[in-house]
Amino acid sequence: MLDAAAPAPATPAADGAPPLLDVRGLKMHFPIHSGLLRRQVGAVKAVDGVDFTIRPGETLGLVGESGCGKSTCGRAILRLYDITEGSIRIDGVEIGHLSQHALRKHRPTMQMVFQDPQASLNPRMNVSQIIREPLDEHTKLSSAEKDEKVLELMDAVGLNRAFARRFPHAFSGGQRQRIGIARALALNPKFIVCDEPIAALDVSIQAQVVNLLEDLQEQFGLTYLFISHDLSMVRHIATRVAVMYLGRIVELAPREALYAEPLHPYTQALLSAVPEPDPALARKVERVILKGDVPSPANPPKGCNFCTRCPKVMDICHEIDPMPRHLPGGRQVACHLYEDTKTTTDPTAAHKPGHSSAQQGVSP
Amino acid sequence: MPKGAPPVLDVRSLSTVFHTRAGNVHAVNDVNFTLGAGELLGVVGESGSGKSVTMMSLIGLLPSPPAVVGPGEVIFGDRDLLKIDEKALREVRGGEIGFVFQDPMTSLNPVFTVGMQIAEPLRRHMGLSKKAAADRAVELLELVGIPDARRRLGDYPHQFSGGMRQRVMIAIALACDPKVLIADEPTTALDVTIQAQILELMQELREKLGMAVIWITHDLGVIAGIADRVMVMYGGQVVEHAPVHELFANPRHPYTQALLKTVPNVHGERAKRLTTIEGQPPILLAPPSACSFRDRCPHAWELCHRALPARFPLPGDHDAACFLCDPGLAPTSPEIQDA
Ligand SMILES: Nc1ncnc2c1ncn2[C@@H]1O[C@H](COP(=O)(O)OP(=O)(O)O)[C@@H](O)[C@H]1O
Ligand SMILES: Nc1ncnc2c1ncn2[C@@H]1O[C@H](COP(=O)(O)OP(=O)(O)O)[C@@H](O)[C@H]1O
Ligand SMILES: [Mg+2]
Ligand SMILES: [Mg+2]
Repeated sequence: MLDAAAPAPATPAADGAPPLLDVRGLKMHFPIHSGLLRRQVGAVKAVDGVDFTIRPGETLGLVGESGCGKSTCGRAILRLYDITEGSIRIDGVEIGHLSQHALRKHRPTMQMVFQDPQASLNPRMNVSQIIREPLDEHTKLSSAEKDEKVLELMDAVGLNRAFARRFPHAFSGGQRQRIGIARALALNPKFIVCDEPIAALDVSIQAQVVNLLEDLQEQFGLTYLFISHDLSMVRHIATRVAVMYLGRIVELAPREALYAEPLHPYTQALLSAVPEPDPALARKVERVILKGDVPSPANPPKGCNFCTRCPKVMDICHEIDPMPRHLPGGRQVACHLYEDTKTTTDPTAAHKPGHSSAQQGVSP
Repeated sequence: MPKGAPPVLDVRSLSTVFHTRAGNVHAVNDVNFTLGAGELLGVVGESGSGKSVTMMSLIGLLPSPPAVVGPGEVIFGDRDLLKIDEKALREVRGGEIGFVFQDPMTSLNPVFTVGMQIAEPLRRHMGLSKKAAADRAVELLELVGIPDARRRLGDYPHQFSGGMRQRVMIAIALACDPKVLIADEPTTALDVTIQAQILELMQELREKLGMAVIWITHDLGVIAGIADRVMVMYGGQVVEHAPVHELFANPRHPYTQALLKTVPNVHGERAKRLTTIEGQPPILLAPPSACSFRDRCPHAWELCHRALPARFPLPGDHDAACFLCDPGLAPTSPEIQDA
């Protein structure tokens, strides 16, 4: 693969504020062992060189099909893994290669909310104990102060204080997710990775949890990485959206721009596949039906990772791995159809990234 | 469905109760619906609303005890499926009525090859020879778009991806040219791109084979794209039913109205805040004697707490089980003007 390792220059934040999170060239490879001697015979390249920033108070949506590396990316950022390569700066501190011991000090800043509230809550602890556990681990508050804090957190996530002594199994899925959120908030984090927090919930309950996450963000000034395969929900909650495919971010753009005019052929296909809850519209949209399955992350294709399924594939795509191109409006797309406007002198490309540069790109 | 043609399936006053140690669960309560030849009926509702139990009741898939299916009638051709014996029912199931469930891993047998699992119903229901069944299995796998079909007959379910396994399930369901296909959330566990492939395949197969389909989902987007008519379930009852365009344009039950408002979309207006339906769905420990949506309904008034609304007919092959739609009550209803 060519070009892939070259880290892209940091995207300057529109308002000049330094990003809360700055991820460069992040790789997380899981070794594959085989044979009697358990020798390493390869690696699952779950995350294979991603760059992005998240500004304070913003929500970055991370979307893509199952297995594309979203959860691994979220977990790697929180250093739940020892990463293979790359840099992770949170609030100016490089944590990419800190030891787990040295990380302890930074843990309160960054938290995670999981998909399956059932599996992520200890069934033998009651609600109060679950929310209190991080306070016991990381703070020197008195017992009375902790009790008070737990009740405040229950209020904040809309759990009735009377339920403090109940156990997780006595709650519905939506309420269990509120318990998980209260626990994540206990240490006043700045940054929360929400990994498919609503995927296991019913539609009407999903809306409640998303509204809660939005309220809490405003109240506590939180910054989110919101991982989801639900593109309509991400359109609702995210400020900017990153689209992942086979371990890479193929496109990153402000929400409105991405949904109005997706540039990467994969984003185009993904968006066209979302069922629209409007019968007139649903029967009119031109769907791009992708053929076949996603290749294995242990053995990605030569050239562009999407070249085996891309409806707009060109010869170059089988040879050269496209670097992310930076386009006006804070957009970035890793596709040979587009020219990097930072290196191009064509004035039309600067104004109309979608069409004009696409045509330029097609002519060999 | 052409006017006047008899439906392929006619479900009348169907009820199902589970007798459990914790009490009786009235999962399906007086459900009525028909399915026309070649039609696709969408069934929506939140989890626990009785979608799966209704369909499993029809084809005798619920173990008894704890389930007691009936009273009610399920008219299929000239027979009542609730009255025929288990052997006859087994003939219908996987023969004239095919079904596909959400999780193909639990419905496919992991220790048999995919080829054997497709051939089995062909030999049992259609009496094909081993060779003929294998040939037909290849045809079916090709029909559902599995590449290199003959070679893949010898593969086991775990050797297929999620989307491919769901195609195998559809191939099995289609094996005996069913008149009716019941699909229970068959794409819920799949990615949208794979779902789009399966939905397209389903439309193609409907055109080619002319079967009628019942498609259960909680995804209103899927329903909007494929259904002819839609039935909305809540608390084990049908609360609204209408042709798909009518339902989305003119929902009349407050539950349907709320449901349509809670879903965000990728193309239309983006709401600043999502609408929610506060409260919990009903616990079904007794048959309903009042409106089951009353505790969550913004329009509920005194009558809703003491009487069970019938499915009131509305113009355009539409009905809704809500007193707001009761023509006899219009003058006394306080909410009817703004509904
Ligand atoms: N601990 C692990 N060991 C080996 N492979 C893993 C591990 N975790 C994830 N993977 C693989 O990495 C890829 C990305 O997985 P994941 O990040 O969970 O994707 P997503 O969250 O987008 O569904 C998948 O192929 C998955 O099988
Ligand atoms: N074996 C069972 N024993 C007791 N109750 C059951 C059983 N199976 C289903 N139910 C109940 O029946 C109701 C309807 O369930 P179901 O039809 O599966 O809902 P849906 O498919 O709409 O999500 C639920 O309240 C569920 O808890
Ligand atoms: Mg994941
Ligand atoms: Mg179900």
